[in-house]
Amino acid sequence: MSIFTPEVIAIIWAVAKALIVLFGVVICAAFLSFVERRLLALWQDRYGPNRAGPFGLLQLPADMIKMFFKEDWTPPFVDKLTFWLAPAIAMSGLLLSFAIVPVIPGWVAADLDIGLLFFFAMAGLAVYAVMFGGWSSNNKYALLGGVRATAQTVSYEVFMGLSLMGVVVITGSFNMTDIVNAQKGCWFVFPQFLGFLTFATAGIAVTHRSPFDAPEAEQDLAAGYHTEYSGLKWGMFFVGEYIGVVLISSLITVLFFGGWLPPFEWSVFDYVPAFFWFATKTAFFIMMFILIRAALPRPRYDQIMDFGWRICLPVTLVNLVATAAVVLLLNPSAA
Amino acid sequence: MTENVTPSPLVPGVEHEVVRELHEQFGADAFVFQTTLDKVPTLWVPRAQLIDVLAFLRKLPRPFVMLYDLSATDERLRQNRLGMPIEDFTVFYHLISIDRNSDVRIKVALKLDDLTLPTSIGIWPNANWYEREAWDLFGVVFEGHPHLSRILLPRTWEGHPLRKDYPARATEFDPFKLDAAKQDLEQEALLFNPDEWGMKRSNKDNTEDFMFLNLGPNHPSAHGAFRIVLQLDGEEIVDCVPDIGYHHRGAEKMAERQSWHSYIPYTDRIDYLGGVMNNMPYILAVEKLAGIEVPDRVKTIRVMLSEFFRITSHLLYLGTYIQDVGGMSPVFFMFTDRMKAYDVIEAITGFRMHPAWFRIGGLAHDLPKGWDRLVREFVEWLPGRLKEYEKAALQNSILVARSVDVAQYNKEQALAWGVTGPGLRATGVDFDLRKARPYSGYENFEFDVPTAHNGDAYDRAVLRLEEMHQSVRIIKQCLENMPAGPYKADHPLTCPPPKERTLQDIETLITHFLSVSWGPIMPAGESCQMIEATKGINSYYLTSDSSTMSYRTRIRTPSFPHLQQIPSVINGSMIPDLIAYLGSIDFVMADVDR
Repeated sequence: MSIFTPEVIAIIWAVAKALIVLFGVVICAAFLSFVERRLLALWQDRYGPNRAGPFGLLQLPADMIKMFFKEDWTPPFVDKLTFWLAPAIAMSGLLLSFAIVPVIPGWVAADLDIGLLFFFAMAGLAVYAVMFGGWSSNNKYALLGGVRATAQTVSYEVFMGLSLMGVVVITGSFNMTDIVNAQKGCWFVFPQFLGFLTFATAGIAVTHRSPFDAPEAEQDLAAGYHTEYSGLKWGMFFVGEYIGVVLISSLITVLFFGGWLPPFEWSVFDYVPAFFWFATKTAFFIMMFILIRAALPRPRYDQIMDFGWRICLPVTLVNLVATAAVVLLLNPSAA
Repeated sequence: MTENVTPSPLVPGVEHEVVRELHEQFGADAFVFQTTLDKVPTLWVPRAQLIDVLAFLRKLPRPFVMLYDLSATDERLRQNRLGMPIEDFTVFYHLISIDRNSDVRIKVALKLDDLTLPTSIGIWPNANWYEREAWDLFGVVFEGHPHLSRILLPRTWEGHPLRKDYPARATEFDPFKLDAAKQDLEQEALLFNPDEWGMKRSNKDNTEDFMFLNLGPNHPSAHGAFRIVLQLDGEEIVDCVPDIGYHHRGAEKMAERQSWHSYIPYTDRIDYLGGVMNNMPYILAVEKLAGIEVPDRVKTIRVMLSEFFRITSHLLYLGTYIQDVGGMSPVFFMFTDRMKAYDVIEAITGFRMHPAWFRIGGLAHDLPKGWDRLVREFVEWLPGRLKEYEKAALQNSILVARSVDVAQYNKEQALAWGVTGPGLRATGVDFDLRKARPYSGYENFEFDVPTAHNGDAYDRAVLRLEEMHQSVRIIKQCLENMPAGPYKADHPLTCPPPKERTLQDIETLITHFLSVSWGPIMPAGESCQMIEATKGINSYYLTSDSSTMSYRTRIRTPSFPHLQQIPSVINGSMIPDLIAYLGSIDFVMADVDR
């Protein structure tokens, strides 16, 4: 009897899908370093990296070769264990969250019933990356960056969770596939517009992207929490940030913009692969991340905190209460 | 020290109001009046009366509110004393009254074996750094100074370089060697010791330690080799100590061994963003010494190029300022504009950043054919772009939140710390030398002096944007009304001298030969010229001892006092505010350290 029983084949297939998603995300994230530079250059009236290969497409391999062969320097004054652990967490924390993102129907590495909660847990872990990095470096700039990052991530995660509760209330489930399916007919961005705004804001803050990049604000803190990092370890922080960008963009797509669903029902759309919708929407939000970086100055660290606690948190609470009230009103049996 | 000078029956200098006031208070015998070519009333005061005189000037009705400059001269090798008291060293105080729009210069003569003066920090707080500089470079001791230490030179330095017995050339020293022991010693000297500055290491009840953060001399927002040590409570700056001198090149010493003509390129590099704007005060001061009156065409061309450099400097300022508050894009657009300006500058002068294009009595060349088309293209290009920057960057609400009420100081503080330029006008003081004391024909131009009233980082940025509009206005007027005529004054001291008749008669040939080989000999005298430079008031105070080289060149730059003011403004704010503040000052370290 062959060992390839249907069960084994199903397991192998599931593992293969997970690996495809994993590598797809990592490659996309790494490639973003090139895309970001080219897009910024486009908006800043300059060329960007256009020398290596056609349109500079080989820039990424060139960067990777450089980074892999660069001396992997650990300064003598750091706390070694946490110093090495930090970039690993930075890269893996958000990467693991990707397990719950349904790319197309049936393509989700782990179709958890508590999908969203898993994401919150992973995002909560990601803060250890910057905290460890900042603390273990034994460098004052890194420490300040680490403190900023920790405070910012913790504050913004508070309402990041709340901002999605409206979606959960409407769907009645934490499962991501259920959430996408619940958006047939009406994307959640319409009933949950405030939720969308606050989640997008929190997402930018949690990934420390401009304008919430105070933890690594070049102008005040040199490189913030990763000042002492170089070579591959720095590269992991770097890719970790882009994974965050891809993850938040895909979550916005899945939670508010219907995931793989087409914008509206039309017979022609039956021939468009579901992945096209997911990829296009995600790419759009990734581009918005970059455009925001090109367009906005950086608020001061205390202004960021103020904004989080005084504006975003009340808005999400109001949104949650209002959503719940409307759901109860329309469907009293839900109580 | 004044006994060997007999006062003349007709007291000289009484045409100046301030001299009459001083005579009334202290008696005419207390002073010796010195005539200078810059018409600034210059009075010698005995050391015992110095502080009283300075305090009196500070408290007069319409007071001398600003200590504009303070430095010294080693007089020991001077031949032409011009009737001044004969001593070894002179310390001078240059004071400005904004209300009177006039100056006074107070001088004290000192003996080498008794080089001490009381400090004037109690009257003007910005005397602090100037006195440290005078101690550093001349060895003048200021009694009562809280921290009289080296400021421009390393702490391990020996000797006082601006003294005349200190060699000016490297070949006069033993070869320089840096061995490991010496390197360690130098590194050690750079360590910051809070106790030395009277800073506490922990808070009052000893519950929390302060963090001392060494920002610079190599930091992305330090705008050059500038170091500032912060005493931090969390991210709040409790106190800070700016540390300068990393960019010191000894420009004032170099002036004492370069001919009047060959020093011009050095001036370009003082404020390295100012280009020919730096030549202006030096050239005008030399021309005063020589008694040269330049043709109108020269004046107008000088104004036009200076305003070009004001625009390029302000564009860089605005771009880096916005970048310092985190907006990364505008600076790239502004570099495009600067390239366009530099293309015009290059077509006219042959160089881009440091053309060294002004000459004593004229310019290096006449304007090239077709210059007007290039200039016109630029002045038509820029205003639209400026409007865009205003809309896209300066009105951005995050930028506004980052800079309004940040690093704010008022008019009194600005004047007390010697702030000039847009930093002063942002506090509401309408003092622009191009209007207040026009030079090089600025009186013939129509332009406004923008002022603001909040005195914060935002006002300083917005003012510079408006100043660029005004510079465009001035350049347009140059374009439309460029006078015809020669680009060089017909004067024997013009350099290079007019050449038309050199092959006609031997006298002209010899004069020309000497002027070109040795350089012109400027008549003995003292002259100072202030200009409204890109960053504030810049001046050259030249002393000629009837030689081919300057006897003493004092370069007063605006950035030096602006950095000195930092602790008084920023203490109590957060680190990002300091960064916004540094960006809003507009300094370059070459301009600070000279």
